[in-house]
Amino acid sequence: MFGDRMKARIIVTLKSGVLDPQGKAIEGALKSLDVSDVLGVRQGKVFDIEIAAANKSEAETKLKMACEKLLANTVVENYQIELL
Amino acid sequence: MKAAVILFPGSNREGDVARALHQATGHEPQIIWHSDEELPQGTDLVVLPGGFSYGDYLRCGAIAARAKIMTAVRAHAARGGLVLGICNGFQILVESGLLPGVLMRNTHLRFVCRMQHLRVETNSTPFTSAYQNQQIIEVAIAHGEGNYMADQNTINLLEGNGRIAFRYCDAQGLMNAQSNPNGSINHIAGIYSEKFNVLGLMPHPENLIESLVGGTDGRGMFESLAHFKSAA
Repeated sequence: MFGDRMKARIIVTLKSGVLDPQGKAIEGALKSLDVSDVLGVRQGKVFDIEIAAANKSEAETKLKMACEKLLANTVVENYQIELL
Repeated sequence: MKAAVILFPGSNREGDVARALHQATGHEPQIIWHSDEELPQGTDLVVLPGGFSYGDYLRCGAIAARAKIMTAVRAHAARGGLVLGICNGFQILVESGLLPGVLMRNTHLRFVCRMQHLRVETNSTPFTSAYQNQQIIEVAIAHGEGNYMADQNTINLLEGNGRIAFRYCDAQGLMNAQSNPNGSINHIAGIYSEKFNVLGLMPHPENLIESLVGGTDGRGMFESLAHFKSAA
């Protein structure tokens, strides 16, 4: 059923303990730019998604499926769904 | 040996692996488009070739792992059929869940393209019977995301059941920081599935089949596969 058009933001991040060489490189670059007090950087991904759903819980169910099936590799990544 | 090589948008080593299979088996493998839904009748071996499927978008191999043909590849693997994933093909196998773990960015963040020694951990599989046990071979590597990682339980399981196929080493078989090109845990370069019918590896044996272009240490894998069928 075609419902309301909703906007969502999905944030995918590496699980803690998973080595993030890109985050480390960015951290090093920030230090070299004299950006002080940076204690750590972890890089992640953001997906802005428009979705049609009858209500928020239906949208959440669909977005959870999107994360589990494709957007996150749950072996090493966590995801967070925000309906905007 | 009837082989099918799956072609994804961005695959680029399908010709190399087809040539290696043809040389060893005498048969030309079929090239199968990713959006097909079925493998050719009587397929013994499915190869997921190297390259940069879908431009490595999202995560290496992530989109290819969800291609239509992968349903048939999963069914083929479940029946005990042979599946070989090389480089990007290995990334597709871990993304599809046919092999455990993940391939992360190389720890030094650089793409590595060079010759590399490997130790053949066991020769009692359909992919390695033409090698000696613990033989040191030299093949090519070319990847930016080959840093194999898995949780400790998975590593214990792989190690305990002899499912490590190849490890990175130097010409003498030594394993140290210099001979590990990407930071892989336990120097893992390739692993088998539980039933040893699925193999994923980062190195490119298909590129080392002619002495004219660097060596023939890769031939053993394709000769093993050719031999496996005639023995079966």
